[in-house]
Amino acid sequence: MPVTLEKIPGQEERIILSMGPQHPSTHGVLRVVLALDGETVVGSTYDIGYLHTGFEKSFESKTYSQCITLTDRMDYLAPLSNNLGFCLATEKLLELEIPSHAQYIRVLLTELTRIQSHLVWLGTHAIDIGAMSVFLYCFREREEILQIIEMVAGQRMMTSYFRIGGLALEPPLGWLDRVRKFVKKFPSRLNEYEDLLTHNPIWVRRTQGVGTLSAEAALALGLSGPSLRASGVNWDIRKAEPYSSYEKFKFEVPTRTEGDVYARYLVRIEEMRQSLGIVQQAMDGLPEGPIRTNAPHIVLPERESMKTSIEALIYHFKIVTEGFHPPVGEVYLSIESPRGELGFYTVSDGSPKPFRCHVRAPSFANLQALSKMIEGRLIADVVACIGSIDVVLGEIDR
Amino acid sequence: MAQFAEAHFFLIESVVKIIVVLFVLLTAVAYVVWLERKVVARIQSRWGPYWVGPHGLLQPLADGLKFLFKEDIVVQDADKVIYWMAPFLAFTLAFLSIAVIPFGGSFQLFGHTIQLQITDLNVGLLYVFAVTSLGVYSIALAGWSANSKYPLFGGLRSSAQMISYELSLGLGVVGVLMISGTLSLRGVVTPQVGFWHIAGIPFLPRWNVFRQPLGFLVYFIAAIAETNRIPFDLPEGETELVGGFHTEYSSFKFAMFFIAEYANMVTVSCLATLLFFGGWLGPLFGPYWLRVILPVIWFCLKVFCFLFFYIWMRGTLPRFRYDQLMAFGWKVLLPLGFLNVLGTSFVIAWLHS
Repeated sequence: MPVTLEKIPGQEERIILSMGPQHPSTHGVLRVVLALDGETVVGSTYDIGYLHTGFEKSFESKTYSQCITLTDRMDYLAPLSNNLGFCLATEKLLELEIPSHAQYIRVLLTELTRIQSHLVWLGTHAIDIGAMSVFLYCFREREEILQIIEMVAGQRMMTSYFRIGGLALEPPLGWLDRVRKFVKKFPSRLNEYEDLLTHNPIWVRRTQGVGTLSAEAALALGLSGPSLRASGVNWDIRKAEPYSSYEKFKFEVPTRTEGDVYARYLVRIEEMRQSLGIVQQAMDGLPEGPIRTNAPHIVLPERESMKTSIEALIYHFKIVTEGFHPPVGEVYLSIESPRGELGFYTVSDGSPKPFRCHVRAPSFANLQALSKMIEGRLIADVVACIGSIDVVLGEIDR
Repeated sequence: MAQFAEAHFFLIESVVKIIVVLFVLLTAVAYVVWLERKVVARIQSRWGPYWVGPHGLLQPLADGLKFLFKEDIVVQDADKVIYWMAPFLAFTLAFLSIAVIPFGGSFQLFGHTIQLQITDLNVGLLYVFAVTSLGVYSIALAGWSANSKYPLFGGLRSSAQMISYELSLGLGVVGVLMISGTLSLRGVVTPQVGFWHIAGIPFLPRWNVFRQPLGFLVYFIAAIAETNRIPFDLPEGETELVGGFHTEYSSFKFAMFFIAEYANMVTVSCLATLLFFGGWLGPLFGPYWLRVILPVIWFCLKVFCFLFFYIWMRGTLPRFRYDQLMAFGWKVLLPLGFLNVLGTSFVIAWLHS
């Protein structure tokens, strides 16, 4: 796709710099085309689609259960959040009630995913600005979370652990101890990152007052998630429209008013602390109960019952070969993914496959803000700004 | 006849010294890279090179070989002559300055006095500054000749940066020159012999750093900028400018820039040691041969400390932004340098009156 920039009158003499798709700091295959006057950005546009995979179209040829595996691959840094979003949307369509045991584990895992995703963000953001060590520290802690996730899902990144109607499996023995160990250790590690960055004069100078976005501008651009909250808008779907029993958890929604890169940094750091609190609460208050809801025509039966009950065997056969038939209708449900409002809009025509599924990807909307942030700033600020809005290209291109 | 022998001896002495010093410097550069990888790895809780030789000690050799065997890509629209010249220029200039660095005292051999220095120029310091200043050309030309945008930015940034910080670098050492009254790098060390006494007890070595703390600070910060290291590594600025001025260089031409960077690091560390930390001075004991070798060891140790500090910073600090870097250089470092020169001259004038 050719990318054109409008001619800026009186500024004919400028360099057009193509940043990406192969560039160390565009976080994947984002291409930003910059019009430069010296090192100052006078105009910019994006070229996305280098990671286009056609997930949304693929949804239409897969049963609802099969679709879950596709959601992992969209926002590959927060696979469980995407699983949750799709499952919740489908469950809303099916009007299923999920047992609170499963709901709590879902909350616990998505909050761990949030921490994990923020760790990748912090690491890459820091290395973009030149602080190399933070990157490796972050990945050290992320590794721990990935191992925790691997224990339940068998996979580190492409988890597909949440299923329509509950969870795939009961978490193994000793899993909670591992989570507990992590929760105990992580605050000190978080302080370690803050020691290196929060009051570091170079870091502060590089981020404060850079890429400022007012609350109005942020709302107008459709920003969501930490980037919106850093501009002073207190909007968190976990609080505004609680899902998966988030209403039972106590947590603060950190907001800042400055709207610059530094504010976005502080908001995400604080969010990690809050998420850790939620994980702790989920462990402490974890109710006993089944991991799946009682809906035999939708949820796969237990392996044992298939050996003793003919109905279970028939249901199993029907669900595996054909899928289940949700009622005709459409549904939109959004959750708070680490990057912002992640929405799934699913249209059902009564067949086992979605008629259409559209994803409202937070990165896609957030990326729009970049042009406004970097106008009139230097190349180095472009890198800081891309890092601060935390985009995942898999989600943008879908 | 005696004159003839003298000339012969001088020739042999010089050649031997040049070969030894070059060999040591090249090895040192290779192992500074190894050290950097190991220390940074330690800071970042990983292992660093481990598989090539014990503790990865042969890694520098493997890297060198790898560079030799890589395909040498020349950009199609590059200005070929300059494109070829730039890395050689960088390499040569980085190694020229070592010629005047003294790394020990002198000793007697076959009735001749041999100084541990390739040559003692009476304007040694000026020579070092001149040669390192020329190094800017290699970077600017490399950035220009590749006919590519990222290197161009790297080259531009670096010319601006180096010219700005060169001034502070020079001003930082003016105080020392005023104290010692010589530009010879050997002469600079002489006034630093001995100790300051408090009640008859040796208290502090008479190193210039204690007389010129501000000058040292200015020099050291400017030196980091001169060598393009974090937090001033904007010309390379990996995450902004991909590779900066050497984006379009590959194979051994890239290695030359790489080696030049580390050689420059060694040079500025040597200078800092000589000017501010008493050069090769240190406790001497033992037989004659040990008294010859010990100064070299003290010198190397001091240089090593500086190099370690460089690496340590790389593991800790983020990078400045271009405009902040320039503002820092002109608005903070340069006035501090002037202040130091002014203060020193007042004190000297007061002491002499």
